[in-house]
Amino acid sequence: MQDLNVTSTTYNDGVIRQFSIMAVVWGVVGMLVGVIIAAQLVWPELNLGLPWTSFGRLRPLHTNAVIFAFGGCTLFATSYYVVQRTCQTRLFMPKLASFTFWAWQLVILSAAVSLPLGFTQGKEYAELEWPIDLLIAVTWVCYAIVFFGTVGTRKVKHIYVANWFFGAFIITVALLHIVNSAAIPAGFMKSYSAYAGVQDAMVQWWYGHNAVGFFLTAGFLGIMYYFVPKQAGRPVYSYSLSIVHFWALIFTYMWAGPHHLHYTALPDWTQSLGMVFSLVLLAPSWGGMINGIMTMSGAWHKLRTDPILRFMIVSLSFYGMSTFEGPMMAIKTVNSLSHYTDWTVGHVHSGALGWVGLVSMGAIYFMIPRLFGQKQMHSIKAIELHFWLATIGIVLYISALWISGVMEGLMWRAINTDGTLTYTFVESVKAKHPYYIIRLLGGLLYLSGMSIMLWNVIKTATNGKAAITSIPAVAAHA
Amino acid sequence: MDINSLRILTTVFSFIVFIGILVWVWRHRNTSDFKDAANLPFKDD
Repeated sequence: MQDLNVTSTTYNDGVIRQFSIMAVVWGVVGMLVGVIIAAQLVWPELNLGLPWTSFGRLRPLHTNAVIFAFGGCTLFATSYYVVQRTCQTRLFMPKLASFTFWAWQLVILSAAVSLPLGFTQGKEYAELEWPIDLLIAVTWVCYAIVFFGTVGTRKVKHIYVANWFFGAFIITVALLHIVNSAAIPAGFMKSYSAYAGVQDAMVQWWYGHNAVGFFLTAGFLGIMYYFVPKQAGRPVYSYSLSIVHFWALIFTYMWAGPHHLHYTALPDWTQSLGMVFSLVLLAPSWGGMINGIMTMSGAWHKLRTDPILRFMIVSLSFYGMSTFEGPMMAIKTVNSLSHYTDWTVGHVHSGALGWVGLVSMGAIYFMIPRLFGQKQMHSIKAIELHFWLATIGIVLYISALWISGVMEGLMWRAINTDGTLTYTFVESVKAKHPYYIIRLLGGLLYLSGMSIMLWNVIKTATNGKAAITSIPAVAAHA
Repeated sequence: MDINSLRILTTVFSFIVFIGILVWVWRHRNTSDFKDAANLPFKDD
């Protein structure tokens, strides 16, 4: 391929190697904390009676670790990988890209220290206190400069659809983070929200739902639109559909947040608006899922032999399932049963473990051998094993929480003929015990799969060495 | 202008833009532009 007459430079892959390895490391750490708190729900004594290891402090550590450390590192790695290869150019300002890596690791470490110590803003998925929030904002602006700088210096005419999704994710997360984290500092590591009452709740869930919509969906759809076609060896099923998918998501996601506040002090019209837009979201979500899965048409046989492709396609199936379940749960009458129960936790994990987790693992398995100059991962058998452990783990996890969630919802609303409650609250807690054990088992399986992945990644990386990949000369392809 | 009129106009405008995007995509669905863009991931193979 190398033509001596054309000048070709190389991709900047060092920062991608760093982010990919750390994504896997933080994945193991975050999921381990998840397993620990799942065990605490079964055996509360496991909090050891210490404030630092209590459920209330470890739970935000788990969510921050899996979303921002595992998910975040995966998104940095894949977006830097995809934007260079689809723009046929080197990363813009490589030093700044390197800064985003070290700054992001510092954010993660600060979270890992401050959350168990009890420093929190008390906003779900936005717990980190204001000095860390400032560091996140600076890092994110640098990320945006590197990403959009690379898009701006591209050597090809079009901006590939994956980059649209990554771009939307970067811009929206900046907006969400800055608006929701607005606070008045009251000393080092202590602050009060800039909003009050129901406005504060609405800002929080505008943030919270769009963190799902843009951090955990748009970014990972960017991954899907590059890595599924690459692994399947054929272009995306319909490029037109991908454009409609993108704009439909952009125009609807922002409005869905109020479904987190059904039957609260939020005005009724706002709740109904959130419900309607959540239902509308089913269309673009399924359009995207169909686009990803149909990319396989004519290549279905590859699923039999290629465990990486299986990760991606099963991930899309979970995306379809959870984006069907989500709009249903946003319907007010359904929500009156599901809200505050384990059903919500099960729903989130069907999206997080199924969609986000599996597509990330697929993309990392794709990148690692290429980044370290290897033909394939050290052990394909281990990828197979990881796939089955993860899939069985997810199924156990979400079915256990469906049952316990619906059960506790029904127990809470059950009334006797004289109008008194049939069950006390503690009876519903007691009834959930067996399902919490099954959930713990599912989490353990998922964690063990991730640990096998870490071993496989380390083996692949140490067997190979940092690969230098040339940027193909555009003239030869144009 | 009343703030609510501005809000209504923004929403209606956004909807019209979205319909415009749909029409634009439909008219361009078979062009080489979309084909070229869809093949971008394979340029470095």
